[in-house]
Amino acid sequence: MKPPKFDYHAPASVDEALALLARYGGDAKLLAGGQSLMPLLNFRLSRPAALVDLNRIASLAGIREENGRIRLGAMTRQRAIEFSPVVARRLPLLTEATRWVGHLPIRSRGTIGGSIAHADPSAEYPTVLTALRGEVVARGPKGERVVSAPDLFETYLTTTLAADEILVEVRLPALDAKAGWAFEEFARRHGDFAIVGIAAMVATQGERCTAARLAAGGVGPIPVRLADAEAILERDGLGDAAIEAAARRAAELVAPDSDIHGSADYRRNLTRVLTGRALKRARDRANATTRT
Amino acid sequence: MRPEHARPAPTDNPVAVRLTVNGVPREGRCPPRKLLVDFLREDLTLTGTHVGCEHGICGACTVLVNGEAARACLMLAVQAEGAEIVTVEGLMRDGQLHPLQEAFREHHGLQCGFCTPGMLMTALDLLRVNPEPTEAQVREGLSAVLCRCTGYHGIVKAVQAAAPVLRAPGSGGS
Repeated sequence: MKPPKFDYHAPASVDEALALLARYGGDAKLLAGGQSLMPLLNFRLSRPAALVDLNRIASLAGIREENGRIRLGAMTRQRAIEFSPVVARRLPLLTEATRWVGHLPIRSRGTIGGSIAHADPSAEYPTVLTALRGEVVARGPKGERVVSAPDLFETYLTTTLAADEILVEVRLPALDAKAGWAFEEFARRHGDFAIVGIAAMVATQGERCTAARLAAGGVGPIPVRLADAEAILERDGLGDAAIEAAARRAAELVAPDSDIHGSADYRRNLTRVLTGRALKRARDRANATTRT
Repeated sequence: MRPEHARPAPTDNPVAVRLTVNGVPREGRCPPRKLLVDFLREDLTLTGTHVGCEHGICGACTVLVNGEAARACLMLAVQAEGAEIVTVEGLMRDGQLHPLQEAFREHHGLQCGFCTPGMLMTALDLLRVNPEPTEAQVREGLSAVLCRCTGYHGIVKAVQAAAPVLRAPGSGGS
């Protein structure tokens, strides 16, 4: 099918885009990379009165490192993130997660802000944002506010952002020099949405795990931070036994639904298996970093 | 949601679209909701790019947008204003098939041919990003396009065969 009729606007600034959102009072949709919204329009599952296309707002794209944080403009393409030397050096977990986002031709257009605002619970970026305690910046008629990951995702495909707000930036902490990371995912075919995806980061000091960051996607209406599993590692270190214990705990912390792609039990088991794999890879990377 | 009558229905008035396609400046007028792939096929009569699923899964409509493979069914024509587009028609040079096209012919990389334009444009982007891919990397890259004849084996062999040709200096690999 083809998209229904809509008013089309391609503003050159965020202020202009905000004015358009205000004018349409909730009946407009923001168009970022279009890799989720365009299919919805083509199938006429979405019939907005207007599209506000953010692709002409140059200031919304770009990657900066600042005070130990990586700041990504909401319209930064997934492809730009995949090939960014700054991200590869300072936030390699994001590089690895990006390679799981659809396929290269999808990543050419898809954006980090669009992916997070779309809030598909099996998408990779919401899981990374949750694991790393990242935050987003939303701009609205009353100015900017910072929303942390746990306060952002409400339920399936729904965030706490208001209809008159625009997600303008994503902020993630850069990885510590002695950290290891891994993103593990299982999907039926490469490029499909994850049945389960796991984002993991561990920081080490000698034998100790000084910080663990773990989240699971695809296991319910929003990505789940696996705090109790993190605590096991921070207490008991990164030996195989501690990792197995953390993986078992992770499986208890999720409450997935059953659907056509897999039962709740299957997803819980995947959570355990993938958490174990992710943590072992992350640990080995941390050890390799420490040695050099 | 406010009631339907509160706002005039969206107009479908054509707008101008100027872009470069296969190195040639082109322009047309179409409603903003027209997809780039339909604009290429219907307004510019470049029917080499195929329309498959219209939701970004099958990859048949893949073209290069400013040098990067992208789904032409997930872009509006108006969004391509000012962009440089390369379609399958832009691959031939001076009446000669592109080395990638040659390899597809040589290695039986096409059966019914429906997915072929998408396969070619996707493989071209893949080989630019990774000029020496392993077979596994070729298979992963080509998983972006579906072939319902299931002729993947020949396609993978064709892309692997084209890779060294495109790496050769002066191959005109673009």
